[in-house]
Amino acid sequence: MNEVETLQHLSLQEGLSRTQSKAVAQKTVALAGNPNCGKTALFNAITGGKAKVGNYPGVTVESKEGRVRTATGAELRVVDLPGTYSLDAKTPDEMITRDVLCGLDEKIEASPDLVIAVADATQLERNLGLVLELQKLGRPIVLALNMMDIAQQRGLDLDLSVLSRELGVSVVPTVATRRQGVVTLLSEVEKKLGELDGRTLISWTPTTQEEIRNRFFEVDRILKLSIRKNSVPTLWTDRVDRVVLHPLWGSLILLCVFGLMFQTIFNWAEIPKGWIESQIQVLSEGIGQLIPDGPLKSLLVDGVISGVGSVIVFLPQISLLYLFILFLEDCGYMPRAAFLMDKWMGKVGLHGRAFIPLLSSFACAVPGIMATRTIENRRDRLTTILVSPLMTCSARLPVYSMLIAAFIPNQIVFGPIRMQGLVMFGLYFAGVLAALLVAMLLRATFFRGPKPTLLMELPTYKWPDSKNIVLGLLERARLFITRAGTVILSVSILLWFLSSYPKPPEGALDPAISYSFAGKIGQTLEPFVKPIGFNWKIAVALIPSFAAREVMIGSLATVYAVGDQKSGGLELLGHRLARDWSLATALSLLVWYVLACQCLSTLAVTRRETNSWTWPVVMLVYMTTLAYLGSFVTYQLVSYLGRA
Amino acid sequence: MKTVKLGQLRAGQQGRIVAVGAGVESAAWIQRLMAMGFLEGSIAEVVHEAPFGGDPLAVRVRGTLLALRRQEANAVEVVQDE
Repeated sequence: MNEVETLQHLSLQEGLSRTQSKAVAQKTVALAGNPNCGKTALFNAITGGKAKVGNYPGVTVESKEGRVRTATGAELRVVDLPGTYSLDAKTPDEMITRDVLCGLDEKIEASPDLVIAVADATQLERNLGLVLELQKLGRPIVLALNMMDIAQQRGLDLDLSVLSRELGVSVVPTVATRRQGVVTLLSEVEKKLGELDGRTLISWTPTTQEEIRNRFFEVDRILKLSIRKNSVPTLWTDRVDRVVLHPLWGSLILLCVFGLMFQTIFNWAEIPKGWIESQIQVLSEGIGQLIPDGPLKSLLVDGVISGVGSVIVFLPQISLLYLFILFLEDCGYMPRAAFLMDKWMGKVGLHGRAFIPLLSSFACAVPGIMATRTIENRRDRLTTILVSPLMTCSARLPVYSMLIAAFIPNQIVFGPIRMQGLVMFGLYFAGVLAALLVAMLLRATFFRGPKPTLLMELPTYKWPDSKNIVLGLLERARLFITRAGTVILSVSILLWFLSSYPKPPEGALDPAISYSFAGKIGQTLEPFVKPIGFNWKIAVALIPSFAAREVMIGSLATVYAVGDQKSGGLELLGHRLARDWSLATALSLLVWYVLACQCLSTLAVTRRETNSWTWPVVMLVYMTTLAYLGSFVTYQLVSYLGRA
Repeated sequence: MKTVKLGQLRAGQQGRIVAVGAGVESAAWIQRLMAMGFLEGSIAEVVHEAPFGGDPLAVRVRGTLLALRRQEANAVEVVQDE
């Protein structure tokens, strides 16, 4: 109880001092509401911002900020808060919302002057509960009744003046996806801000069951007065769910959705990928003709173009993957997948909700790990965080697809299914299997405890907002290209230098690269990687890839381009590798990539989310050990089978 | 009129909630159930059952669809009209 009392005391002080000091400064408005109420869409509509909207609980993992100029010319700071069902913070996500609203979050320098409570007009019975709770907090409120169009289509006839009177707040109907009601909402916000006398008293005490009960009775009373005609319950989400959640069809659909995802990533992306590859080839040949032989040509062709170019060609694949994930998130399928998988997740001791962060980790472990904030129990959350990077993220995709294309024949297996797509699916499956096994092991040893709870909302299906998806996609593509242009470019240049100098002595017999710095480093490391089938060139390329996985392709390309005296950077990396490596080495490297933790961003976000150095270290050590063992077994087994 | 645990209902069955938190020690968990809409007087309807043993359930309550395990749903008691 002590902690709680202090909290209240603190918030009282903070609330007072902050509002006083900000008398003339820019006003801050925060958006708060239940998950899936369209809060982030409204945030985007207000600010024109680029924040991503998701349709599953907990996607707004960080409070986002934006700015808007109102009709009268005043500039408002707008903060989007994670969706929450109540202010009784149980999950890290909800704590952010509570702390910001109470003025306790030191990262947000100003606590909000006003709260825009966002309620889904199609679910007022539940959504208004939080509105009443927000009101109790003491901050001024304007209520946005979002998704009003859908509510009206369903026949809801609401007396807004009665609702406003009974709640004691201004009510503005909005349709965030079409920017309707935003201007009215902002003018209401401004009006309310103008009425403030600069003193708000913030008080928050933990809720009792009795209070929750009374709050919802009050909601029922208000709704009874203000609803003239109730909406007809929509049936199509139910109809779709009857198939999607069906024991047999649902499981098949789940399998098909992800099977299709991997097939399309591999087959559809080939066309734009081939196009980019040929452009890079043309560029590289053009430079080859323009510039006379020498260090500069070698730097540009073998270092820059070879390194950066070999990563850039994977942009179409990564974009397609994100398109899939964003689409599934946006339409509301993700929690259904979690629902279908809960039995299996529960078997390995994972939280039912852990399925969503794990699925997001298919795109990238960083948002995946941040999405674990919806998990309340620390043990459950840590287990999920530690296994998230085992899920195959998009950065592994370039390495997988390059190696598969070079070493696996693309014969037809069955119908439209080809061998390469199948191996790709197998690698993804191996990642999932590894994650589940490690989770089971962790739950049986370090993180013993009761089976975590499921309880989550299955939001109404909606057709994804194309603008939203395009924005999300562009953001990802931009990040990928920026990385290729910065990290990978510098690594490529550095590696080019290390592999080109010092030059071999006169009359040397071995290839020049084996006399270089890189050659020396690689040869020192070779004894350690030999048992897992890696040569010294792979060892050299592996070092920078601990910063980010996809760097591997660029560094391999550079090392091999410099190393190859005949064709230099003009030959495709896959061809070179197919000539130089055995199948056992290629498979061993693939297994290494399934299991190894080669991502500084993941380690950094783990450090931030767990607030301790222990967990990133544990993650790095266990994954590297696992990768070494896995690669060792793979290499030895495949070599043995090859000999037999 | 008979009182049953929500977790005992099959898909398609519904009841009016009469008690929340029966046999549950964690007050936080009860409050979570309540905040998500499980409140005395509201109607809870089991809409779907998951594959492989019919667990978890999808329950409609106060206009929203919630997924929870049967064991979790047992904290909620309902009366069925018959």
